[in-house]
Amino acid sequence: MVNDPKKLDPMEKLKDESRYLRGTIQEGLDDPITAAISEDDTKLLKFHGSYQQDDRDIRDERRKQKLEPAYQFMLRIAIPGGVATPEQWLATDDLAEAYGDNTIKLTTRQAFQLHGILKWNLKDTIKTINKVSMTTIAACGDVNRNVMCNPNPYQSDVHQEVQDWAQAISDHLSPKTGAYHEIWLDQKKVIDSKEEVEPIYGKTYLPRKFKIGIAVPPSNDIDVFSQDIGLIAILENDQLQGFNIVVGGGMGSTHGNTKTYPQLGKIAGYAPKENIVDVTEKIVTIQRDYGNRSDRKNARFKYTIDRYGLDWFKQELAERLGWELTEAKDYKFDHNGDRYGWVKGKNRWHLTLFIENGRVKDEDGYQLRTALREIAHIHTGDFRLTPNQNLVIANATAQKKKKIIEILESYGIQDEKKYSGLRKNSIACVALPTCALAMAESERYLPSLITKVEDILEAEGIKDEEIVIRMSGCPNGCARPALAEVAFIGKAPGKYNMYLGGSFTGDRLNQLYRENIGEEEILAILKELIHDFAQNRLDKEHFGDFVVRNGYVKEVYDGQQFHQEPKGVL
Amino acid sequence: MTLQVVNSPFDEKQTEILNQILPTLTDAQKNWLAGYLAASQGVTNVVPPTPTVETKEPVQTSTRTVTILFGSETGNSQALAEQLSTQLKEINRDVTVSCMDDFKPKKLKEVEDLLIITATHGEGDPPDNAIEFHEFLHGRKAPKLDNVNFSVLSLGDESYEFFCQTGKDFDKRLEELGATRIHPRVDCDVDYEELAEEWAKEVIATLQKDAGATNAPTTTVTPTEQTFSKSNPYTAEVLENIVLSGKGSNKETRHIEISLEGSNFQYEPGDCLAINPKNDPALVAAIIEELKWNPEQTIPINKQGEIRSVQEALTSIFEITRLTKGSLEKASTYFQNEKLQQLVQNSDEVKAYIDGRDLLDLIIDYPPEQLDPTTIMHFMRKIPARQYSISSSYQANPDEVHLTVATVKYQAHGRDRSGVCSGEISDRIKPGDQLNVYVHKNPNFKFPMDEATPVIMIGPGTGVAPFRGYIEEREELELKGKTWLFFGDQHFRTDFLYQVDWQRWIQQGYLTKMDVAFSRDTDEKVYVQHRMQEKAKELFEWLEAGAHLYVCGDEKRMAKDVHDTLISIISQEGNLSEEEAKEYINQLKHEKRYQRDVY
Repeated sequence: MVNDPKKLDPMEKLKDESRYLRGTIQEGLDDPITAAISEDDTKLLKFHGSYQQDDRDIRDERRKQKLEPAYQFMLRIAIPGGVATPEQWLATDDLAEAYGDNTIKLTTRQAFQLHGILKWNLKDTIKTINKVSMTTIAACGDVNRNVMCNPNPYQSDVHQEVQDWAQAISDHLSPKTGAYHEIWLDQKKVIDSKEEVEPIYGKTYLPRKFKIGIAVPPSNDIDVFSQDIGLIAILENDQLQGFNIVVGGGMGSTHGNTKTYPQLGKIAGYAPKENIVDVTEKIVTIQRDYGNRSDRKNARFKYTIDRYGLDWFKQELAERLGWELTEAKDYKFDHNGDRYGWVKGKNRWHLTLFIENGRVKDEDGYQLRTALREIAHIHTGDFRLTPNQNLVIANATAQKKKKIIEILESYGIQDEKKYSGLRKNSIACVALPTCALAMAESERYLPSLITKVEDILEAEGIKDEEIVIRMSGCPNGCARPALAEVAFIGKAPGKYNMYLGGSFTGDRLNQLYRENIGEEEILAILKELIHDFAQNRLDKEHFGDFVVRNGYVKEVYDGQQFHQEPKGVL
Repeated sequence: MTLQVVNSPFDEKQTEILNQILPTLTDAQKNWLAGYLAASQGVTNVVPPTPTVETKEPVQTSTRTVTILFGSETGNSQALAEQLSTQLKEINRDVTVSCMDDFKPKKLKEVEDLLIITATHGEGDPPDNAIEFHEFLHGRKAPKLDNVNFSVLSLGDESYEFFCQTGKDFDKRLEELGATRIHPRVDCDVDYEELAEEWAKEVIATLQKDAGATNAPTTTVTPTEQTFSKSNPYTAEVLENIVLSGKGSNKETRHIEISLEGSNFQYEPGDCLAINPKNDPALVAAIIEELKWNPEQTIPINKQGEIRSVQEALTSIFEITRLTKGSLEKASTYFQNEKLQQLVQNSDEVKAYIDGRDLLDLIIDYPPEQLDPTTIMHFMRKIPARQYSISSSYQANPDEVHLTVATVKYQAHGRDRSGVCSGEISDRIKPGDQLNVYVHKNPNFKFPMDEATPVIMIGPGTGVAPFRGYIEEREELELKGKTWLFFGDQHFRTDFLYQVDWQRWIQQGYLTKMDVAFSRDTDEKVYVQHRMQEKAKELFEWLEAGAHLYVCGDEKRMAKDVHDTLISIISQEGNLSEEEAKEYINQLKHEKRYQRDVY
């Protein structure tokens, strides 16, 4: 037995007794005295795609007012590969206005996120989402999450095929419980839930969340090495052949706990495309059976892989498949950010639009939400959410392209050329005020920090230099900070740990450079670093490579070395 | 020669410290120290210690209770607290352990040995389950803790600027409140286990040594008995003045806590507190300026010939915010204003004029000729006391009274106006300020104090106040039994008065059922009477089972609608005609099972 049944994490018991994710969610929704549901149910609700949150800006104020926290729900809409129709876009936009906070967040995993939904409106919101063929199930929770896929507007045919595989994997690994349909979609109750089965997951699902993403070289936009399973599409003569299989990547860690660390996925081999659904299923079952179920901080697949080793994994996988992966094929990544602007595919135009931190909202002189709404009304192609929280308005006809440009201009949406290379390669997670885990600001702060860093870049004459910068409000790593050339992870209000040395293509971990610093210190350090970089970089050398070559931080390719004595810390 | 426990009057710890310092001293230092000790002994009259050789403490079980309070963010403090509790129980100590916010602050006075184990959160903030206790202890309501022995263990993370701040706060504050530190505070970094274990070991040793030690003698001051009443109101300190309405509310409802310590006031659920309010100084000043009076001039305020300055009389004695028909008529004889004399002839016009107007309007609209301030007692009313239903339990807070006050503010005749008392509380009263108050008994709003009688309470808006006092009293007396509250207001998010109190009482079983109606959250307005109608069957069953029913709040609309709904429920569920249903209700009234406090 891999997990001692006496030492299981309480979450395991909760899942086990939840009757396939039902718990008492319905009773909680019906309770008129609180806008919250019970703590146990909040854990189960994640599997349904929602986090209970509260407006932390007014939490303390409300406590003094003898009011419960301003509870509200975040709802995550999983759209495999991030591809949505104009109809789906409009439905999401309507919900943001009717029940949400008038914004849509495009997430780092190509999902829509709505914030600020009250308990009383949760059911209507989820129903509407399902009406337009989207779902929230398994957008969160200890299951396979939204399957990511490169939204490649350059090679339309290949994209469609890769996207189809993303969809197939997603469908195959979706939970089969009837709980979701009963609670949210008025489907009749299964009288005896014992009849139900989760063929892949079983009653207790996975030990922890599980993430799959597909990259199409040369773009590593999905950060293939950050996924539990990363798939690298292998093309020959522009035809998809199969995938290199990368296993055991992951971003999260816990401050002060050196047993936790971000990790790069390891390449385990190659599989032809026809087998890919089966391969992912078998890998999921390995994690199901061998993942740590007694310590959730040590439960991600990366720890399972590091504990048992890659060779063991390959053997275990071969046993479950009945065949062995073959040797990985050659591939080459050259960036993990997005390429902005219009490109022409086969007869159709695609616009990659910069959306700062993925937040679609209206502001004075910058009415992004209205503009996208109007575009959705006339657009005949699709929308694609990128893994960097940007948006591709894809498959526009030449005629629609003209209209789209007009709409964007009329609502003040800038040409992305006006943004610095740093800003265009930035990611921030949501953090305060809604995320319960946040220790510091992220989305509300990074833009203003970048503005200040831009002054430094400008002074050094390298404002267009592309540098990947990411900020997370906590070490769980929704912004995939461990792969950035410069990263900040929140420690306390106004205080961050600063990391340096990720690569421009997302294949190297960064390392802690300074601990617990505030803005003044951040800017002072960056000023010095950027000056050195501008003066002494090699030709075309990226910032992350430069800081490693010059010894600011050590080179880290294995998460188990992540906590080695950081050079920068005094 | 080194000092040892056996050859000196010192204990192990003292011996250790002395042995550390003594060998390092020069002769000059030793001489100085000897002189210093001799001299200071003379000054403080310390009884010289008897040089006994190793006194063995008699094995004795302490009668002092150990209270372990923890503030835990991730569970570490809690685990340590529980572990320590087990260890103490093993040596037969009487121990209670709880998270800080589950500990009732008023029990603090009874605590004897207090052990605090706390983490620190974010920028030196207390963990979530310690916030309220931390706030209480650092607030003005914290009691003296002269009889308390304590020690603090703090957990933290050195990489934070405010390392172990919460532990430090408690340590400092407990000392300030007079408690005795029996073991120095220990601050632990993320690898806390060893230090924590050491602390626990030493604290247990200290507690065992102190076992049986008697409390320091306390001096009790017998207060001189004084009777306060309506005629002799008590000048009370305001302890808290909180806006209950959340951000975005259309309303401002306040929660006021007032100290009654030393007043000898007692009250029961349902009683009121009367406040003698003070008029808005800006309004007073405007009137004085308009009339070109001297604010310092003394004037008589009653027939007994008591005098006050004009300023004081207009502030505290006379009602200047409202006009009445009588006051207008009387004023007309002093104003020597023809138009006013004409106005008072027509009672309809008077009625229209006085609506929403005050003294300042009157003297601007009908300027008096040479009005002598000494005449005002002849035409102006005394400012009446304002009564508020008490929203606290005397049993639970014998030294306090809580009120729930809706701020009245509106615009009329081109000027912003506010309620005399609610405006004063909203704009001018801060914690530490004083109010003149007395308790007003309300014998017609009395609750059963037993577990057998079911109780139905209907109190939307501030009408919920007495029910908070009642349920708090039931909690204090540990009376379970059936209770049912109907509450309503505009919005769930911002106007759910005392939401967390009700939630707690539901959880603890002191409130059995609660139904809420938030009129502006839905397209169709929903009020408490609609919720009653929805629960008609059950409500009637409660009445049939002998329930008492209470209504508090707005008289004109709410109480009337609730009354009509009751008639319809009783008629519908009891198969009675309307007349019979009314008779049923009269019978309830007669039996004092239907009581109202409406305004």
